Amino acid sequence: MVPILGRSLILLALLAASAGSLLALATGARPSVAGWVWSRRLAYAFGGLMLLANLTMEYALLAHDFSVGYVAHVGSRSVPAWVSAVSLWSSLEGSILFWGLVLGAYVALTTWANRDRYPEHMPWAVGIWLACGAFFSFLLAGPAQPFATVANPPLDGPGPNALLQNHYLMVIHPPFLYAGYVGMTIPFGFACAALFAGKLGHDFLRPLRNALLLPWIFLTIAIVLGGWWAYEVLGWGGYWAWDPVENASFLPWLTATAALHSALLVERKGVLKGWTVTLIAATFLLTILGTFMTRSGVFNSVHSFTQSAIGPTILAFLAVSLLFSVALFALRVDTLEAEGSLTPGVSRDAAFLVQNLLFVLFTFTVLLGTVFPLVMEAARGVQMSVGRPYFDQMAVPIGVALLFVMGVGPALPWGRATGQQIQRALVPPLLGATALTLAGFLLGVRSRWTLLALLCGGFTAQVTLSEMILPVRQRMRAHGEDILEALRSAGRRGRRRFGAYVVHAGAILAIVAIAVSSTMGSSKEIQLREGESASLGAYTLTFVKGEVVQEPHRESVRARMEIEKNGQRLGTLFPAMNYYESQREPVGTPAVRSGLTEDLYLSVHNIDARAGTVGLLVLVNPMVAWIWVATAIMALGGLVALVPPLRARALAARMAAAESAPAIEGLQ
Amino acid sequence: MSAPSVRRRRTRWFAAAALAAAGSAVLAIAVSGIGNNLVYYWGPKELRAAGSKAMGATIRLGGQVATGSVKPSDGLSSLEFDVTDGSALVHVVSRGVPPQLFRDRIGVVVEGTLTTAGIFESRRLMVSHDNSYRAPADKDVDIRALMQSTEGLDPASAPRVAGSAAPGR
Repeated sequence: MVPILGRSLILLALLAASAGSLLALATGARPSVAGWVWSRRLAYAFGGLMLLANLTMEYALLAHDFSVGYVAHVGSRSVPAWVSAVSLWSSLEGSILFWGLVLGAYVALTTWANRDRYPEHMPWAVGIWLACGAFFSFLLAGPAQPFATVANPPLDGPGPNALLQNHYLMVIHPPFLYAGYVGMTIPFGFACAALFAGKLGHDFLRPLRNALLLPWIFLTIAIVLGGWWAYEVLGWGGYWAWDPVENASFLPWLTATAALHSALLVERKGVLKGWTVTLIAATFLLTILGTFMTRSGVFNSVHSFTQSAIGPTILAFLAVSLLFSVALFALRVDTLEAEGSLTPGVSRDAAFLVQNLLFVLFTFTVLLGTVFPLVMEAARGVQMSVGRPYFDQMAVPIGVALLFVMGVGPALPWGRATGQQIQRALVPPLLGATALTLAGFLLGVRSRWTLLALLCGGFTAQVTLSEMILPVRQRMRAHGEDILEALRSAGRRGRRRFGAYVVHAGAILAIVAIAVSSTMGSSKEIQLREGESASLGAYTLTFVKGEVVQEPHRESVRARMEIEKNGQRLGTLFPAMNYYESQREPVGTPAVRSGLTEDLYLSVHNIDARAGTVGLLVLVNPMVAWIWVATAIMALGGLVALVPPLRARALAARMAAAESAPAIEGLQ
Repeated sequence: MSAPSVRRRRTRWFAAAALAAAGSAVLAIAVSGIGNNLVYYWGPKELRAAGSKAMGATIRLGGQVATGSVKPSDGLSSLEFDVTDGSALVHVVSRGVPPQLFRDRIGVVVEGTLTTAGIFESRRLMVSHDNSYRAPADKDVDIRALMQSTEGLDPASAPRVAGSAAPGR
């Protein structure tokens, strides 16, 4: 019963998406009122059907209906209800279904929000979105089949992957990742629409930019949540290893960040339209490539991915999307005429260009290192991987250069700067640069790259902060407002700009924290018997005893570790090995004592509670907590920049009614 | 044509040339960077066959811990054992604390280098969760597949995005 219901919903979604896509594209080519009305209705229908299909699966998971293929595969009566609920995205077929839900929601809501706007663009965009929707419905109807009927339903299932149950971060990371990944379909549709319509004017930039910014925020959070999860769960003591799955989420983030910036040049100068569209298309293609890389098992072995039809189907979709994008770009890019030009010289414009180039280089080097092993294995049958040092060697200089440009750009004026302007812009921040570097040096930083990162970080931090305060100061001077009044009105007028600088501030903090944490840490592996102690730096660890703790869904064997720092007792940590009913092998759970300056990280390699022995990896990681804080700041800044457009109309009306605002124009 | 437009065109050419030069420089750096940082996935047979070529390179060696070969050398935090694929043997010295499941006859992947003495020095020891893993004897070891069943020290083998490399799939 449930499998048939689920399959019917998927088939209806496939029907709605393909019909809607064709109709919307036809409406784009030959505008008609009825065509546009029905395109919209089919877009809403697609979203609704995907929602129903997902609810059906949730029902099956919670009701333990093992006649549904996916439930038989990941469900279990022995796990708590919340684990059953989140099992939706714990395995391949379910996660594609969840993808459909997120895509449906994005498409339906964006269509609804813009139902009366951009009549030249919207039908094309809806056509592209629904084409993607049709593909994922097809994937669900054919190769993936989460609603396959199980002929002889088992009484109980194996339960989801133990790693999912082991930490709450694994539960919240995938939804954020999907919200970021799938959301990149929306700007792609807008970009294609701009090419089809042959127009990327000022009015259409706003939806394009916002459509890019929202998934960018999600993706930023998702990438760092992934790193946080690795840090809290995997037990090797780090948060980023440049493994293919991580790179898959990082690559579209890089191009999306570049596109967000180049869109600003389109807005300010009317140039780089084709380039911006290219970056957005690249972002979308990289999300599909990432999906292929992580979903097809191709990284386990090039030869194993054909065992399921899902991998090849996604690969085919990637190829078609790539060909489509290239062809559309080649045929239509000439229609996006530049409305201005860039003046050569040292300026903020030039800094934007350099920033874009650096991001593209970054994307390219990460992509090269990620796909190289695949190409080698496919071409020559050699199994290998590209070691972490490659990525570090490439990423560190590019990252530091980006940090520097992030300071130089905002300090410089638009257009061409005179020598005097340049001097006035770039000399004062040297104070911040010197201060931060000196502080780092006094605190023991000796790594050259870290010192360089501190130098650029200090420079950029000073520029960013003064740019944040600038509009307030200007208002206070120009209008004689007191500081609170000035803050409020500046916040109202320049929210987007202010939000962007908040993101920058977060980025500076993140880069500095990454530089410090990856060069200033220390680690040690120790094997202890009950009562024995070991020390690392200022810390002394005593293994009191091994304990076995019974929990409802697992058995935990943990080490009671007394922690002292400089002879002062800090508390007790319990690094553990968890045993799950569904899995014979244990899952280690490190214990992390997070602090503002450093984390103490204990990870069990082996433990025997009866014999009273434990083998531990101990690390002291400085500043890691700041990476999480920095990400929160970045996400918050993104939200600040995103919110005004929602209220833009009301504000615009109020602004027109209120005083004429002369000095504000120049601030944006 | 007026002078400024000629100048602009010249600037454009100059910019294009500079970009091309910078691009190829980065490409050269990236390619040599990859070449210097490759990690080869080899079984004992392939490692023996490579002979002195294998020395100094970073290698992931996969196979089964040979029966009765495990001996702790100095204290508990360093151990020696042999890795076999059924036909060839490689002697491994591993520094650091062994993982929970490590024992005789289990599938392992060790990462390290081959010394001139023919001993494999491991910096990282990963244990397969697949209890039924056996050395393939007649075939080469499929180290990616073996890695898929290891988890713990190596994040690449653990499912980051749920379900991406879920064990038991």
